[in-house]
Amino acid sequence: MPTMPDNELNIFEKSRHGRRGLSLPKNGIDAKPLETLIEKRFLRNKPPELPEVPESEVVRHFVGLSMKNHHIDKGFYPLGSCTMKYNPKINERTCRLPGFSCAHPFQNDSTVQGALELMFSTAEYLSEIAGMHAVTLQPVAGAHGELCGMLITRKYHEKQGKQRKYVILPDSAHGTNPASVVCAGFQVKQVKSSADGTLSPDDLRAVIDEDTAAVMLTNPNTLGLFETEIEEIAKIVHDVGALLYMDGANLNAQLGIVRPGDLGFDIVHFNLHKTFSTPHGGGGPGSGPVGVVEKLESFLPVPVVTKRTDGNRHSFHLSYDRPDSIGKLHAFYGNFGVVVRACTYILMNGGEGLREVSEAAVINANYLKEKLRGKFDLPYPQHCMHEFVLSGNRQKKRGIRTTDMAKRMLDFGVHAPTCYFPLIVPEALMIEPTETETRETLDRFVEIMIQIDREVDEMPQTLKDAPHNTPVRRLDERKAATDLDVAWRTDDKL
Amino acid sequence: MDTPDGLKYSKDHEWVRVEGDIGTIGITDFAQGELGDVVYVELPEAGKTISKGESFGTIEAVKAVSELYSPVSGEVVEINDKLEGDPALVNQSPYDDGWMVKLKLADPGELSDLMEAAAYKEMVGE
Repeated sequence: MPTMPDNELNIFEKSRHGRRGLSLPKNGIDAKPLETLIEKRFLRNKPPELPEVPESEVVRHFVGLSMKNHHIDKGFYPLGSCTMKYNPKINERTCRLPGFSCAHPFQNDSTVQGALELMFSTAEYLSEIAGMHAVTLQPVAGAHGELCGMLITRKYHEKQGKQRKYVILPDSAHGTNPASVVCAGFQVKQVKSSADGTLSPDDLRAVIDEDTAAVMLTNPNTLGLFETEIEEIAKIVHDVGALLYMDGANLNAQLGIVRPGDLGFDIVHFNLHKTFSTPHGGGGPGSGPVGVVEKLESFLPVPVVTKRTDGNRHSFHLSYDRPDSIGKLHAFYGNFGVVVRACTYILMNGGEGLREVSEAAVINANYLKEKLRGKFDLPYPQHCMHEFVLSGNRQKKRGIRTTDMAKRMLDFGVHAPTCYFPLIVPEALMIEPTETETRETLDRFVEIMIQIDREVDEMPQTLKDAPHNTPVRRLDERKAATDLDVAWRTDDKL
Repeated sequence: MDTPDGLKYSKDHEWVRVEGDIGTIGITDFAQGELGDVVYVELPEAGKTISKGESFGTIEAVKAVSELYSPVSGEVVEINDKLEGDPALVNQSPYDDGWMVKLKLADPGELSDLMEAAAYKEMVGE
């Protein structure tokens, strides 16, 4: 059956030679052949094949694609441990200010004072929020921040005179943690979570020794639980001369309430694309600044933005003169446009507002947890922070797996939560509503979950075949993981 | 869930089939069901010596990556090359075409530490 417009075609297939979205005025300057302006070796062999489509079709094309997608502007997105929160639109205005969006990374410091001041200030705000001494904005993802933290850890022990071997992680850790540890040249030692889901000081004591470089924790952890013994854990870590690293993926629960630095953490990474409302996932790019305590400041990546004060005048500079630095981690200064958005978010909320963000996130999560625990197993039933983890065990016994329920949620216009993580919860469903969702949205989600639970008995095949209402049906996940090919055409040479 | 008699089972969800002094090792039907679609299996080289309880490889499924722990000690005499091109065999045929390694058993006495089918079924609650 033909549909209108035909959204199966990509923008190149919609192209027709000679169509234009824009007419350029005559400019009165004679055109010169390109070869006389740019050396031939830098020129393409043939002109780029750009789609030729009128404006109206371009708009329809991309609106059509965005309707097929699920995104935070369209529907509820309770993706635990990833804080898929609403991205306020003012962030998009500020980052498009020409002074930011048109700046070139090779510009002289004196011509980009505003941009440098914004970087300097954002680093200061993040330091204050986390109770850290200094912050680098260079890493461009959470895992990149972890790698930065582990390289700093390496450099620190090297400077102390003895390199160390191990980094200790709990069994509830994000999968990126062990990967970052190994990339930085350490080995992973795993410690089991205790029966209540947190890390017990005794279990840590049993594995920690003088060969331990660092202990890496997510707090609140991936079960959404605050590490209640964190101060004792910090003491154990510091007593053997190791560093305590906080994976900041779950910082959304703590803003203005508790500061990682005050709890004894030495290094913290921030996910600006989680806690600070910048775009996330396929829409990124991300940003994973890293904060450190004073004794680690000299190891931060270069360049560092410094402030010079001369009487009443302040100026900002990029400093590369840091002999102990771990070096550069990314081209130029990280993802600057993302930092502008995060800075906007911090300033728009203010200190009190950020605290309210975390309070509302925690209240919303606890509200959902209490509403759902009657129908779903809740292996760690204590008060949660910004997220909680249900188990689909009760439904599995009735023949339906968590993956089936997650696919079914898509039919109701809800993005599926994180499934099968953390690994210590069988058939896990990790739910994080975030702070901006209304009571009505949360109640609707509860209704959907209860309906799905009813369908487990009444219409199991519907669940096994879900989703039914999405642009594509259930995917072959093995093929998607091993044989992914998203290129439309790969035979083109430049 | 399929748990054939005649095999030995470990608490880490591996099975061993003993023929002479050779033990063939794979993961159980229960384990493949829990892992979901297997996308990659990393196996050791033939000739490698492995101790009981040691990791002899990794298995990557859509949901998670797990270590493969050897239920017995011995020298690797053969690995299942087919898994490289077709890891789905672990899901489709965990006890036959989805086998992983063959070991020349170093200590057949270790087999007595493993479970029979009935005990394994009880452990996984079936």
